[in-house]
Amino acid sequence: MNWTWFHRLASPPSFFRFAERFAPWFGGLGLLLLLVAWYGGLVLAPADYQQKDAFRIIYVHVPAAAVSLSLYIAMAVCGAITLIWRMKLAECVLVAIAPVGASFTALALLTGMLWGKPMWGAYWVWDARLTAELVLLFLYLGVVGLNGAFDDPRTAARACGLLAIVGAVNVPIVHYSVVWWNSLHQGSTILKFGKPNISASMAWPLYAGLLGTYLWCGYAVLRRAQNELLLRERGTRWVREMGTELAGTADVC
Amino acid sequence: MMSKRQKRMAAVAALVVGLALTAVFGFTAFRKNMMYFYTPTDILDHQVADDARLRLGGLVMVGSVKRGDGLQVDFTLSDCEKSLPVRYDGILPDLFKEGQGIVATGTMQNGVFVADEVLAKHDENYMPPELAKSLKTADGKHSCAPFKSATGVSPAPRSQAVSSSSAPRSALRAREGTVGRADGDVKGGVIVGRDAVVPS
Repeated sequence: MNWTWFHRLASPPSFFRFAERFAPWFGGLGLLLLLVAWYGGLVLAPADYQQKDAFRIIYVHVPAAAVSLSLYIAMAVCGAITLIWRMKLAECVLVAIAPVGASFTALALLTGMLWGKPMWGAYWVWDARLTAELVLLFLYLGVVGLNGAFDDPRTAARACGLLAIVGAVNVPIVHYSVVWWNSLHQGSTILKFGKPNISASMAWPLYAGLLGTYLWCGYAVLRRAQNELLLRERGTRWVREMGTELAGTADVC
Repeated sequence: MMSKRQKRMAAVAALVVGLALTAVFGFTAFRKNMMYFYTPTDILDHQVADDARLRLGGLVMVGSVKRGDGLQVDFTLSDCEKSLPVRYDGILPDLFKEGQGIVATGTMQNGVFVADEVLAKHDENYMPPELAKSLKTADGKHSCAPFKSATGVSPAPRSQAVSSSSAPRSALRAREGTVGRADGDVKGGVIVGRDAVVPS
């Protein structure tokens, strides 16, 4: 098997150019899809038979919760690559994911609380789903904090990788908590095997929102990883060459 | 002889496998403690001390809600197998109605569960009201699948039943045109349980 494309992508300058080229597409498409999803979800979709208009929080809550888990998996994979192959790019992506994942976990928790009060009757309960998602937030914040606690970024990334891998055990617990145990939180509507439990007129904005949120996360992670790369490679030739290249054009400074 | 990289790979793999096994054994052993609430079956099958505060989850049986003085309300809570009378004096959540899933916190007193907090546990089905009406499912179209016994039945067949009985999907099944309800729905004052019919 030919792995040259992989090695090429893993080299900092070519990843930087790749991100420079594709990040705007991720961001633009993601924003467009999110606007479509919000209009569809908040205006076009009918109110729910049971929860009336309150169910519309789903259009923010479910995409945020979905990416909070997906980003953690991605971060743990970067952690494994960091520990095993000591790949610089994986270290940068790992460090780039943590704050983005923490933000979306916090968003999922906050929107969940705003949904819980009018429907359940309580902002917060200590059931398995909510507690595990809160642990996920602490894991993300732990990675952010651990990364800041070391002077050497490469040592920091290895410590963060270890924490990311250890914490990955929490991801299936968050997802299956509503299946394995009794919880106040309801079961999964679409993120499961089998037919979704939602009418088509309410489902399409949700799918658009999911895709849009994933693309937006892709954008945020690519940009942050670029930033991290520049910071770590600031003394190297490719960064200096790119700097002089950019300095030649008028719009810098 | 393993290279350095292979050694690190083995270490990471061992870490992942070890953590997964620890989690599986740990959560299997403490399954009961991970339950947010007990079901009427759990409580009726076991002795519960009078002052033990616990949470009880189930469906409000159709035709069982009786309002008393002030905010006091009496109703029967069922998990499609057994049922318990519940008394509550306080403000009910908006979603509270007959056939609705709820979780109540309180104590057992002389065979009655006296609650001091009632939370609504809605299901994961979303549909427009017209569709719900045309299916005649707006009332009591809730399934017992989310109310798992913490103690009674061994976990394995239970979780099977939860995923394969398709009870949560009953609304969709009805939409597809196949007549009839999945096991464990509350309707018309009776609960058609997994193996028992309980009149209200």
